[in-house]
Amino acid sequence: MFRYRNEELAKQILEKLKDLNLNLRLMHVCGTHQDTLVRFGLNSMLKEAGIEVRPGPGCPVCVTTAKEIEEAILLARKEKVVATFGDMFRVPGERLSLADVKAEGFDVRVVYSITDCISLAEKTNKDVVFFSIGFETTTPATASVISTRPTNFSILSAHRLIPPAMEALIRMGEMKIDGFINPGHVSTIIGERPYEFISKRYKMPQVIAGFEPLDVLIAVYMLAMQIIRGEAKVENEYKRVVRPEGNEKAQQTMAEVFEPFDCSWRGFPVIPSSGLRLKKKFEKYDARRRYEDELSALDNEYKEPEGCRCGEILRGLVYPDECPLFGKVCTPRHPVGPCMVSREGSCNIMLRYGES
Amino acid sequence: MCLAIPAKVVEIGKGKEGARAKAKADFGGVSREIDISLVDAKVGDYVMVHAGFAIEIMDEHEAKETIELWKEMLEKCSDTEMKS
Ligand code: SF4
Repeated sequence: MFRYRNEELAKQILEKLKDLNLNLRLMHVCGTHQDTLVRFGLNSMLKEAGIEVRPGPGCPVCVTTAKEIEEAILLARKEKVVATFGDMFRVPGERLSLADVKAEGFDVRVVYSITDCISLAEKTNKDVVFFSIGFETTTPATASVISTRPTNFSILSAHRLIPPAMEALIRMGEMKIDGFINPGHVSTIIGERPYEFISKRYKMPQVIAGFEPLDVLIAVYMLAMQIIRGEAKVENEYKRVVRPEGNEKAQQTMAEVFEPFDCSWRGFPVIPSSGLRLKKKFEKYDARRRYEDELSALDNEYKEPEGCRCGEILRGLVYPDECPLFGKVCTPRHPVGPCMVSREGSCNIMLRYGES
Repeated sequence: MCLAIPAKVVEIGKGKEGARAKAKADFGGVSREIDISLVDAKVGDYVMVHAGFAIEIMDEHEAKETIELWKEMLEKCSDTEMKS
C-alpha cells in the first residue's frame, strides 16, 4: 500500500550517521522493532555506523513470570477452559507449558482475539478463563469486552505498562542508554505524554517509531540529532498512525476497567505501578479473585529455567548467542525460555533470521 | 504481540442492540471481521488492526507525506549540523 522501503534514502541516512561518528547505544522496547532490525539487517549496518540498538523488555510473552504461567496451568488442571494467545501457549512455567497441560488432556485453547474467547464462553457452561497478556496495545481490547462478558468468563490478567519499565531500566543503571526508540503501537494507544517524564527526569531522548526499515532508521537519526543538539524530548516519527494524544477512547476504556499495581516482570525486580489488574467493581471477572482459594496453593517464588538468560536479555545486558543453551539445547522446537518461544523474543528472532 | 496491520473498512455491521461494533475489513484481498469499538471508523478508512481490534484510523495524508517529510527532515537536519 505504501512505500517505506526506499533503499536510496536508507543509504543516505546510514551515510549521514556514519559521518556523525557518534558511538551510541540505543534501546528499543518492542519485539516488532527487533524483528525489523534483524530481518532487514539494520543492526549490522547501524553497528558499522557506530550505533548499537539493544532490545529491552519489549515482548509481553517474555516478561510474563513463571508464577503467572503456573496460575494458568493450575486453573486448566482445575477443569477451567483456559484460552490464550498462540505465543503464550508454549512458554514453560516452572517446568511445563499450557501446551503440555493440554497434552495431559486438559482444555486449553489458542485464540486470535479475545472476542473468540467470548464466543467460546457463550457456547459452553464451563468456566472460561482468558489468560490475558499484552502491553497498552492489547489491553483496551481486553477492557472493551467487559460489558458483553458472559458470567462464566473471567480474566487472568498479565497486562503490563511500558513506560514504568523504561524508567526501571534507567534507574537500575546496569548500562548506559543514550536514547529510546519507543514502541509504535503502544504509543498508538497512549500517545506521547506518558513518556515525557522520562525525558525530563532522566534527560533521555525518545522517538516513537513505526516498523518499516525506514521508520526505524529515521528514528535512529532523529535520536542522533537530539543527542547532538543536547536535547531530551519525545518526538514522533510514526505520525501516520500515532496521534500526540493517542487513542483517547481506548485510554478511557482501559482506565475504566484496569488499575495499575506494583508488578514483577521476568528478569526484573518489582516495578512500581507497572502491572494492570481489574478494578474492584469488576472483581467477578477477575480470575485471581474468583479462584482465590484454588490459586492460594501456588508458591510465591518460581525459578527461571536452569541456565536460561532471558532475564538478562530482557534487560538488554546480553545477546541471545551469549547464552550457552542458544541453538543447542534451546531451539524454537524445544524452547527452554520464553525468549525462544515467542516470535517477538530476541532468541527466536536471532535464530529465525540467522544473525543478530 | 504488538503487531498491528493496516486494513480497509469495507462494511460496518448493522449492530443489534447491545452488540459490539463490528466491521468487515479488507486485508489486501483477504476479508475478515474486526471489532471497531475503540475507533470511530467509517467505510473507506484504513485502520490499524491488532488482535482483531482496530486500534487507530490511519492518517492517509500523513501516510502519503511521510517519505517527503523524511527527505525534507534529512535536508533540514544537515543544515543545522553544518551551522552547529
Ligand atoms: S537461548 Fe533459550 S535458554 Fe538461552 S536465554 Fe534464550 S530462551 Fe533462554
